Amino acid sequence: MMRWTDHLILVPVVLPLVAGAAMLLVDEQRRGLKFAISLVSTLGLLAAAIVLMRLADGRLEGWSGSIGVYLAANWPVPFGIALAVDRLSALLLALCAVLALASLVFSHARWNRAGVHFHALFQFLLMGVNGTFLTADLFNLFVFFEVMLAASYGLALHGSGAARVAAGMHYVAVNLVASSLFLLGVSMLYGVTGTLNMADLARVIAHVSPHDRMLLEAGAALLGIAFLVKSAMWPLAFWLPATYAAASAPVAAVFAIMTKVGIYVILRLWLLLFAGAEAGASSGFGRDLLLYGGMATLAFATIGMLASHDLRRLAAYSIIMSSGALLAAIGFGETAVVAGALFYLLSSTLSAGALFLLIELIERTRTAASSVLAVTLEAFEAQGALHAGAGEEAPEDSGVVIPAAMAFLGLSFVTSALLVAGLPPLSGFIGKFALLAAMLQPAGGQAGGGVQPAAWIMLALLLASGLAGAVALMRIGIRTFWVPTRPRVPRLRVIEAMPVAALLLLCLVITVQAGPVMRYLDSAAGALARRDDYVRAVMGAPTVPSARDRAR
Amino acid sequence: MELIVAVAIGVLVGSGVWLLLRPRSFQVIVGLSLISYGVNLFIFGMGRLGVDRVPIVGQGAVDPSRYADPLPQALVLTAIVIGFAMTALFLVVMLASRGFNGTDHVDGKEPP
Repeated sequence: MMRWTDHLILVPVVLPLVAGAAMLLVDEQRRGLKFAISLVSTLGLLAAAIVLMRLADGRLEGWSGSIGVYLAANWPVPFGIALAVDRLSALLLALCAVLALASLVFSHARWNRAGVHFHALFQFLLMGVNGTFLTADLFNLFVFFEVMLAASYGLALHGSGAARVAAGMHYVAVNLVASSLFLLGVSMLYGVTGTLNMADLARVIAHVSPHDRMLLEAGAALLGIAFLVKSAMWPLAFWLPATYAAASAPVAAVFAIMTKVGIYVILRLWLLLFAGAEAGASSGFGRDLLLYGGMATLAFATIGMLASHDLRRLAAYSIIMSSGALLAAIGFGETAVVAGALFYLLSSTLSAGALFLLIELIERTRTAASSVLAVTLEAFEAQGALHAGAGEEAPEDSGVVIPAAMAFLGLSFVTSALLVAGLPPLSGFIGKFALLAAMLQPAGGQAGGGVQPAAWIMLALLLASGLAGAVALMRIGIRTFWVPTRPRVPRLRVIEAMPVAALLLLCLVITVQAGPVMRYLDSAAGALARRDDYVRAVMGAPTVPSARDRAR
Repeated sequence: MELIVAVAIGVLVGSGVWLLLRPRSFQVIVGLSLISYGVNLFIFGMGRLGVDRVPIVGQGAVDPSRYADPLPQALVLTAIVIGFAMTALFLVVMLASRGFNGTDHVDGKEPP
């Protein structure tokens, strides 16, 4: 018999699928109903993710080990498609659900009216993202990736307008090419190894003949490029600032998890296939690319942040910055570094989501004249002209308005700036600190002797990028909150302010509770390093005996 | 046969890449389609090329070398479906861009 805990693994995929499909049948005018379905589904995802986290962590009895495996249609591994959950996947499921919840609530204020099928596309996006976190099969990964991308194309264009369509066209074209590379990589790996199951792949990779090894590595490299495009590594990141800056606020906030999907797949596959000595002659394949590519990304994002005068582009570059730091950390490949990187991933995703939502609110304080002037401000020193034109009143919807809007905006902006730049005392700093501390104290340091030179470069880059982030954000903060002597005080509704506050509060919670969070992440990173456990759990997953077998 | 298939894939992908780098959105979409054809043929080739081999195994003891690998064929089918849907979606975005900007340049404006 299967227990309910086994079926729970499928919930993060099936629930948004059913909810999204059901909403296609609901008339577009009934937004309240659609929002309710969407909200229930997302809350369900959050609950499922939390239970899965507790199961994977051994807090709840259910699985034999820390890895839960679900065999779709009861096909034995490696013939069928397996879904596998460990601590890392469960954590990312929860992160995705939290982010989705925040942007969903935010979108109810106005954005879900800007186009058709917003909620359905949103649920399909969640389905794709959750599926990529869960799957243990390469081709299934492709399918979930495409589900995620197809929904993201629709969402990126949500709200329409020339800027969104222009950015969206580049985004679609880049991702279609990346998908082609993905397919090429998957089929080459299949051609060499004869399997698509990740655990099976990790098992047979050591036994690939030297004759075929080049083909295997070429396939893995093509696959890697597809994921690096998604995780925005320099020089494959040029599509990101335009797309994220053009997307509507709740969409951009939930897109913050999408670069992390690329990071997750690289983390999972690279550690499983190439990091250990078990990979034979291919062990360590691509390490330098991840390490130095990540650092180059960090440098690129630092320059990009300093160069952008627009808050949206700045936030987009902050996403590239966190991608760069994470990729370089994966390149180090040590368990402690990966644990630190996971903390940084949590903090940077939450704060980027909050920042994107906040930008929308901050932009309402700008009058029409000041937004034009913001660009030319320094050139003409035209502060005096700022409060000349008051701009037209935007049509506001009714709803509960929160008091002290400017105080809320200012406080939230400072908090998210500290988080993004990684300054103490908030979680961004703890993430960077954990990363650097682990890098400068390598586990094999006694034998290897000293710190790797790459760690020093990484240290300098991380600190410089933090400084640049702080400078760039403060510059915009001063221009927004201090320079205008009579800023327009916007009307903020509770459902717009609450998600921002909730995301920032969550960052504060993981700052205060850094101990327990770090303990969980340490065991998650430890489980990633013990690839044999993963292979054994997935390969040894028992099928459910049929009624005939049981009768026998 | 290997040579013919390899050359076909090479020509398809090569022309696709060239078209992809052209400035008109119509050229880009044709380029993307050609690349996806090349990729589909490539996946097919990864199941090993052969003549007169069926992918469905019959009853009893069989000699696997006389059968084609069914998995790449299933993968190609999925890839074709997804590729077709994505091309249709790209076409819509392309038309929207044409409508907004009055030009079919991929950047939404004619170069000066």
